[in-house]
Amino acid sequence: MSLAVRVIPCLDVDGGRVVKGINFQDLRDAGDPVELAKVYDAEGADELTFLDISASHEGRATTMEIVSATAEQVFIPLTVGGGVASVADVDRLLRAGADKVAINTAAIRRPELIAEVADRFGNQVLVLSVDARRAAGTPSGFEVTTHGGRQSAGLDALEWAARAAELGAGEILLNAMDADGTEDGFDLDLIGAVRREVAIPIIASGGAGAAAHFPPAVAAGADAVLAATIFHFGKVRVGEAKDALRAAGAAVR
Amino acid sequence: MTAPSVVVLDYGSGNLRSAVRAVERAGASVTLTSDFQEALDADGLLVPGVGAYAACMAGLRALKGERIIGRRLAGGRPVLGICVGMQILFARGVEHGVETEGCDEWPGVVERLQSPIVPHMGWNTVEVPEGSRAFAGLEDERFYFVHSYGVRSWDLVTNDRTTAPLVTWTETGPVTEGGDRFVAAVENGPLWATQFHPEKSGDAGAGLLRNWIQTLKAA
Repeated sequence: MSLAVRVIPCLDVDGGRVVKGINFQDLRDAGDPVELAKVYDAEGADELTFLDISASHEGRATTMEIVSATAEQVFIPLTVGGGVASVADVDRLLRAGADKVAINTAAIRRPELIAEVADRFGNQVLVLSVDARRAAGTPSGFEVTTHGGRQSAGLDALEWAARAAELGAGEILLNAMDADGTEDGFDLDLIGAVRREVAIPIIASGGAGAAAHFPPAVAAGADAVLAATIFHFGKVRVGEAKDALRAAGAAVR
Repeated sequence: MTAPSVVVLDYGSGNLRSAVRAVERAGASVTLTSDFQEALDADGLLVPGVGAYAACMAGLRALKGERIIGRRLAGGRPVLGICVGMQILFARGVEHGVETEGCDEWPGVVERLQSPIVPHMGWNTVEVPEGSRAFAGLEDERFYFVHSYGVRSWDLVTNDRTTAPLVTWTETGPVTEGGDRFVAAVENGPLWATQFHPEKSGDAGAGLLRNWIQTLKAA
């Protein structure tokens, strides 16, 4: 009897369309997030994350429709993030059909937002998304970044994770900016360091390039593993990630 | 044969869309409403719930929800509570040191899980008791949980003149590694409840909802 490690595909959505390339056969519309969500569901994904990278209001409105359409057709948990800045934003997304909401920059600007959202909706809806990178001279050796890893937020990553957990974050989506896009594997030092700091679930993200990369992330302390590119391009299927985890002794669904 | 009618009780915010669609997909005709009479009249009542115990109870009381539940049960009419919708069926909840009175259909307290990692979030197995109708055909499945509080002790005392409810247990992890045992589901005549989210538990959850809907017309 034990909780399964969650395998979570992440979709970047811009104006209602999936951004990164897709390489699935049998997919009528490879840019349609709902179609892709169904494929991932059928492949055994334990959860889905939509990251809304729309710059416009129209784009965000369209994303809301996509969230609703997905929630009506795919019966696994759905997390939505990207530009979430207020309690009202969270309420709209939950009503649209999101189960959890990822907050990043807005919480750095105003940490009380974490407590406000947790008090209103419970801490289980709040995923704190942390873009962390190595930085000499910081207390832990890891700092928080903004703007896709290009700017320092002036926060120590471990201190921020601990503070967010205290304020009521239910989970941490830990994006390793140094590993992101390398496909060389997860940043195990970062995962281990955050694991020692917080007692809430950690979703490891950034660096997955092969099925063999998933078990070490779990061994380092991740409760869930997230990837985008390798799943979208079909380089690793969800089932292959789970096979690798199972072979390493992790419980999977 | 017409589909059984189900009301999903709308008494607060959160994702109710998934619950409505999942129950529709499982074969019922669903209405999302906070209307007292409609909630009484439906073949089945689904009580969802996310967020804080105190806030949920306040929302439920505002529409006399505990009376709706009580009257339905007095008539043997099915009610299904999900997540906090299960927790509020117990006598009381304690969150952040604040104690809130629940619907008191069952004795017992909802309290913080004692586990290395909280919230308990993800897909877990459950210990299905002999004779379960809710989990018929689903004994080896995993269901999706997301909660920080739970019922860690089952306090209802029954005797040989009453039928003891079927209680399904699970653990946040192996007890040897600091895991906590808590109630994952209860079947008590017309009153069923799950701590997990069947509406978010894929095909396994759909199976449980179908098992529930099958009880509706027979009631």
